[in-house]
Amino acid sequence: MPGKNYAGHRFSGLDQINVDNAKNLQVAWTFSVGVLRGQEAAPIVADNTMFVVTPYPNILYAIDLTKPGGPLKWKFEPQPAAAAQGVACCDTVNRGAVYAGGKVFFNTLDDQAIAVDANTGREVWRAKLGDISQGETMTMAPLVVKDKVLVGNSGGEMGVRGWITALDASTGKIAWRAYSTGPDADVLIGDQFHPFYEQDRGTDLGVKSWPPEAWKIGGGTVWGWVTYDPAANLVYYGTANPGPWNPDQRPGDNKWTSGIFARDLDTGQARWFYQWSPHDLHDYDGVNESVLVDLDYGGKARKLLVHPDRNGYLYLMDRGTGEVLYAKPFAPITTSTGVDLETGRLQYNPAAKPIPGQVVRNGCPASPGAKDWQPSAFSPKTKFLYIPHNNLCQDVEATQTSYIAGTPYVGMDVRMNAGPGGHRGKFSAWDVAKGEEVWGIDEDFPAWSGAAVTAGGVVFYGTMEGWFKAVNAETGKELWKFKTGSGIIGQPTVYRGPDGNEYVAILSGVGGWSGAIVAGGLDPRDGSAALGFVNAMRDLPDKTARGGTLYVFALRQ
Amino acid sequence: MSSLFANSHSGAPILLVAFCALAVAACEREERQFRPKPPEAALTNTIHMSPIQPGMPRLAVQTRNDYESNAHAVAQGQQLFRAYNCNGCHSNGGGGMGPPLMDGKWVYGSDPANIVATILEGRPNGMPSFRGKIPEQQVWELAAYVRSMSGLLAKDVAPGRPDHMAVKNPENETERMPPKQTGTPPSALGTD
Repeated sequence: MPGKNYAGHRFSGLDQINVDNAKNLQVAWTFSVGVLRGQEAAPIVADNTMFVVTPYPNILYAIDLTKPGGPLKWKFEPQPAAAAQGVACCDTVNRGAVYAGGKVFFNTLDDQAIAVDANTGREVWRAKLGDISQGETMTMAPLVVKDKVLVGNSGGEMGVRGWITALDASTGKIAWRAYSTGPDADVLIGDQFHPFYEQDRGTDLGVKSWPPEAWKIGGGTVWGWVTYDPAANLVYYGTANPGPWNPDQRPGDNKWTSGIFARDLDTGQARWFYQWSPHDLHDYDGVNESVLVDLDYGGKARKLLVHPDRNGYLYLMDRGTGEVLYAKPFAPITTSTGVDLETGRLQYNPAAKPIPGQVVRNGCPASPGAKDWQPSAFSPKTKFLYIPHNNLCQDVEATQTSYIAGTPYVGMDVRMNAGPGGHRGKFSAWDVAKGEEVWGIDEDFPAWSGAAVTAGGVVFYGTMEGWFKAVNAETGKELWKFKTGSGIIGQPTVYRGPDGNEYVAILSGVGGWSGAIVAGGLDPRDGSAALGFVNAMRDLPDKTARGGTLYVFALRQ
Repeated sequence: MSSLFANSHSGAPILLVAFCALAVAACEREERQFRPKPPEAALTNTIHMSPIQPGMPRLAVQTRNDYESNAHAVAQGQQLFRAYNCNGCHSNGGGGMGPPLMDGKWVYGSDPANIVATILEGRPNGMPSFRGKIPEQQVWELAAYVRSMSGLLAKDVAPGRPDHMAVKNPENETERMPPKQTGTPPSALGTD
């Protein structure tokens, strides 16, 4: 699975590659995936085979790791509808497949979850779960736990109503579906629901915290990461931004968007909820990874959850109760002044609130957040969280928008800029127990790739120029880097090959929201292109071009 | 009214008529129709999606969109571009979910009739079909505004200021990008 374990650590216990010999890494083999859009997927290794899923048209490749050069074992083409590309907000990406019990599971851009026999490449089942004519797409990597495949939808910029769905892993039939808005019955809120904070208690808040009917087109999609605690049998996932972006069109807290649910795996019943950004003002989706960690905190061994949010705060929570233990800025923030730990409520800065017809300047973090989807990694050895993130601010003007099914429902003009310091990205290590940054590496472009960390004390990540880097997990010192063919926005995978050696794999191919200017061939003269991201990325086409190549590295023998 | 003056034999009204005629001609740019008809009807005869034709080539017919010389119609198109959420995908011409409209690349043709056909029929890689959803006359206003984005309209017709936060030069200051039928539809970046 992309998260490496149910807790989402992205930690490999391998230590053949270490801080001393990482400088000897070299390319073992490469593979062109034949698609030139943003490559956000994590290569998955199981059964001596590597599985890679591409952006639309979502081709699934199986590569034989037992033979030299990694020959193709099979490929599976799901042939999703071409029109799906027109409703995918931020490039036609896919965040990866997952392997479980002899099957590979992945989602297609046109809302199908598919199970493929890992050995033969034959389809086992496919489930149509959404409708592109309503603006719905699917881009997330599923999580498979026991007999359930957990998947969610995308389309928060299209007035989509968000949901997470559990499918039966052997048949693809829906076991349960929980919406992120609407009546409690739809949200699977019942008598097991005990949110920690007063603000989340009540009946049908998913209806009452919206203007009439607005919850039906209110967003809260589920396109990020799902983690699972086997002891509690709870799954944790975030909900995306409310729609439209223009907050004046949806007075209220807009539950249950931009928050986190803990749910029972078997029934889907909600256990608790916490809203990172009530009545979100800035497109702060709450879908970033919630990494489950067991740590000594406040003198006690505790079961915790750590979550770096788009709103700029890094949250440490009790994962049993949903109590926030701390919420500390990990990036420059002007849109809020802090989180009230009594009420749990984010304290917005009124001066940064978007106003219809007015330009409100220099709100930090920008809409992609202090950190977007790019997953961080946690090392149980250092107890640091390794966070790839953004350093962006923006000017906005809210505009009135109308809901037209299958078209964008945004209502915000945006132009983004580099944040303080002029660098647009950063890769940092965060001491979870202490709640402070240990070291940080400034990156020119947003650090839009995921991270992976190993027992050898090495952290891997990539940059949008195309560098794939290994740095010392303790100090952040650069150990090695390699320039790949295109910008990197993928997720590194560390694995032991059939020959017993340690390998690290990464997809190179720029795109995603940040790289849309290159992947989509956008015009840099319009700063509002790609929802305002182009304003901050005008020079990216001078640094990199489209790509789609898998790189696998190993130590020189 | 004019017949009243035409029956007169004095000189002053004739001058007045001449002046009015001039003024009316100059104001065509600002003309507003209250019951407008779509400028062109027989679309199907004029659309060429390919410059290659077997045998004797048909004469390339170019459609004319009268709205392209009418500032009011272009301004209407500019407003409709937001009202129908066109900007949600194409931004202010730089593109996003959809391709840019301010450059010289026209995947599906730059002729006004091509643009109208794109809006009405949709395109296979994600452009929705608006046929039956938008009055046809508004589609022609949209087409006129779309061509203004790449500087193809006269400067005194193209919009001179944005209605919202400045994110680019206004259309009447946009460099003219000569249309080329080129570019790649999104899926062509994919496979096969």
